[in-house]
Amino acid sequence: MAAFAEAALSSRAGRVQRVFSPGGIEAWLVEEHTVPLVALEFSINGGASQDAPDRPGTATLLAGLLDEGAGPHDAEAFHRALDDKAIHLSFSADRDHISGHLQTLERNTDAAFDLLRLALNEARLDPEPTERVREQMAATLKRDLNDPEAMANRAFRAAAFPDHPYGRAVRGELATLPFITRADLENLRGRAFARGTLKVAAVGAIDAASLARLLDEVFGAWPELPDLVTVPATSVANLGARRVIDLDVPQTTIRFGRPGIHRRDPEFIPAMVVNYILGGGGLTTRLFHEVREKRGLAYSVYSQIQSFERAAMLAGSTSTKNERAAESLAVIESEIKLLAKEGPSEAELEKAKKYLTGSYALSFDTSTKIAAQLVHLQQQGFDIAYLDERNKLVEAVTLAEAKRVGERLFGDGALLVTAVGRPAGM
Amino acid sequence: MQPGLSLPQHTLTLSAPAGGKQGAGPAITHSRLENGLQIVVIPDHRTPVVTHMIWYQNGSADDPPGKSGIAHFLEHLMFKGTKAHPKGFSDLVAELGGQENAFTAYDYTAYFQRVAKEHLATMMGFEADRMTGLILTDDVVAPERDVVLEERRMRTDTDPAQQLNEAVQASLFPHHPYGTPVIGWGHEIETLDRGDALSYYERFYTPANAILIVAGDVEAAEVERLARETYGRIPARDKPPRRFRPQEPEPRAHRLVTLTDAKVEQPAHERVFLVPSYTTAAPGEAEALEVLTHLLGGGHTSLLYRELVVEQKLAVAVGAYYMGTSLDATRLWIYAMPTPTTTLEQLDDALDEVIARLVDDPIDEADLQRARTRLVADAIYAQDNQASLARWYGASLATGLTIEDIADWPDRIDAVTADAVQMAARKWLDKRRAVTGFLLPEAVAA
Repeated sequence: MAAFAEAALSSRAGRVQRVFSPGGIEAWLVEEHTVPLVALEFSINGGASQDAPDRPGTATLLAGLLDEGAGPHDAEAFHRALDDKAIHLSFSADRDHISGHLQTLERNTDAAFDLLRLALNEARLDPEPTERVREQMAATLKRDLNDPEAMANRAFRAAAFPDHPYGRAVRGELATLPFITRADLENLRGRAFARGTLKVAAVGAIDAASLARLLDEVFGAWPELPDLVTVPATSVANLGARRVIDLDVPQTTIRFGRPGIHRRDPEFIPAMVVNYILGGGGLTTRLFHEVREKRGLAYSVYSQIQSFERAAMLAGSTSTKNERAAESLAVIESEIKLLAKEGPSEAELEKAKKYLTGSYALSFDTSTKIAAQLVHLQQQGFDIAYLDERNKLVEAVTLAEAKRVGERLFGDGALLVTAVGRPAGM
Repeated sequence: MQPGLSLPQHTLTLSAPAGGKQGAGPAITHSRLENGLQIVVIPDHRTPVVTHMIWYQNGSADDPPGKSGIAHFLEHLMFKGTKAHPKGFSDLVAELGGQENAFTAYDYTAYFQRVAKEHLATMMGFEADRMTGLILTDDVVAPERDVVLEERRMRTDTDPAQQLNEAVQASLFPHHPYGTPVIGWGHEIETLDRGDALSYYERFYTPANAILIVAGDVEAAEVERLARETYGRIPARDKPPRRFRPQEPEPRAHRLVTLTDAKVEQPAHERVFLVPSYTTAAPGEAEALEVLTHLLGGGHTSLLYRELVVEQKLAVAVGAYYMGTSLDATRLWIYAMPTPTTTLEQLDDALDEVIARLVDDPIDEADLQRARTRLVADAIYAQDNQASLARWYGASLATGLTIEDIADWPDRIDAVTADAVQMAARKWLDKRRAVTGFLLPEAVAA
């Protein structure tokens, strides 16, 4: 069975081609003609961390406007051109990146890439769509004002990263959203849209030569180097603090976290294994057993390691009725401390390794999932061979290593906690 | 190379054999074991993984009166263990690198695992075992009931928009159980116990009431052989329970439901119509409703978006959704978020006008073609995702449709005419068939 898994893995990297366009743009390609579809994912550096401190939401607004009119097409004509051919095109911004997502029927590939080219090179940023998308962002922000999960996240972000771009709102603030100007959008576009940080992956019914040609058409006119503001490295602040935010609801939403171990850190793989044991897995983690199964304290309880470009954190969440919310938090804190102190058992480690290696294939069963994975690997600086090496790295984690990295990850167990609701005794 | 079928442009036939032209889907098979269990196999050989699902043809709309939430509560309890696996099999699935979950809807309950293909037989063994072998004790039932109550608090009790939605559904279906939320009403969930769960389990968890769906890197003959060795050992039981649900009378009065809450900062509007489903509709009618929904609210080029968002600037967002896969008469939703200077009444009036014009004015042929194109393309996009395909087939079969219905769907969508869309709009988007929901801040009177 192990040999079988190994063979399947080897074929994964073997199926990925590195494609270079005549103009020197690199993309990773999995050519696959079974289904007549093409998926393309890409990202560039320059998300919300590039927003001016008094203009959060700039990157999100820019991403939202790229498909709202470009070149000869106004917003309506552009959407018609997409919808007439059932082309799926969207853009998004997170803290560190602006990303694009394209999916098309094979027969419309040229048209789809041409619309992508227009969006990335000639987006018009017309007043009508700008105000419309701005209103949509404002409506979402208003909807989230008293949403427990959004409130807990907002408070957590602000307390974890004070005076740092990561502490600001990716999707903007109601108070400052009206002041983002066309010049702000053009400025970000001019600084970020560059080939130097571009990562591209394509999956589906397209060959390397066609992809290479299209890459130059879409991205070829971009300058080589971006002009980005340097984002300083940072870490989760205010460890040990508990911020309770009052909201008249029967349940308390709890967010907790502390510094993590970065995706690029040599100890990331053992950290991932240890976090899986704590709260990263589905129905089998310590937190799931202790908080949900044994005590019935919550429907959802988990922990994860999040890597931004310049920070890493261990973060988690749960929701428990106000009367017992303090108990949930106490159980979570005690489980973290216990795992930090004693490390996982041999059996837990083996189970975690079996799950993490065995389930890796499940991330590669649709075109868009594969393309997203390939872009993610490029962002983190891995090469294609990593697709084969990753499971070997997981299998190599020893109990001593898991214990040591667990101590590093969980430290003294101090957490930054934000809680929204009316928790008793917290 | 995966066999497919030669087809006219724009069509996708999922159930027929061999061919090879681009655009054709995989060959889907449908068979039945002697004990009545149905088997559907959806090959996808691109990645060596499979999605294994078992669907039971009972959902929350089959909850006995006073026991709302029992279908969903039992779904949670199905993970508690059997004689063969006293602590459940979640640890074993995880050790094999599998991911698993389950979900309950109005018309069905389904369990699934996604695993490397060599573990399919093991998953089938696990799932067959818990079709008859569930063991429940009070000390696992009680905490799990608390979990479900927390789930309800998380989804509904902390969210005014969800509370409005519950009230709108309850008003749309004053008689049919679709008016009761899938998760159940809180005061009834609190009373559900081990006995309720076991008697529900006894009644519905039988081979003849189940549909096995396997999608992924498998062949039908192999899946059928494995199914005989696992599910096939379960003795046949009575015919599946007939799902008797009281049907709604013809609605005659528009209803307005208003929820005000101090937590609401962004008002919202919804309008839900009682309409036929694919299962209950006259031939072609559900397809017309599907195209109609897309014309009205399918993205930036839809009538509502163009009219209410772009032209009149009354809304920041609008959309429409037809819940066509449903055993009984179902819902067509229209929802909108107003701009800061627009009242919900203004938005409501403008919506009425767009619907009236759709009924009266000629439909733009390009708009109609675009809606059909996008819907038909959805069937091709679906082929990229074995888990979505498995869900599509499971939900369709569990609501009384056939494999052929799914295979013909793109052709039937392509055949929808402007006349059919307008007739559907005139007949079904009648305000007397609808409930309108207003979500408002506390300070503003409705």
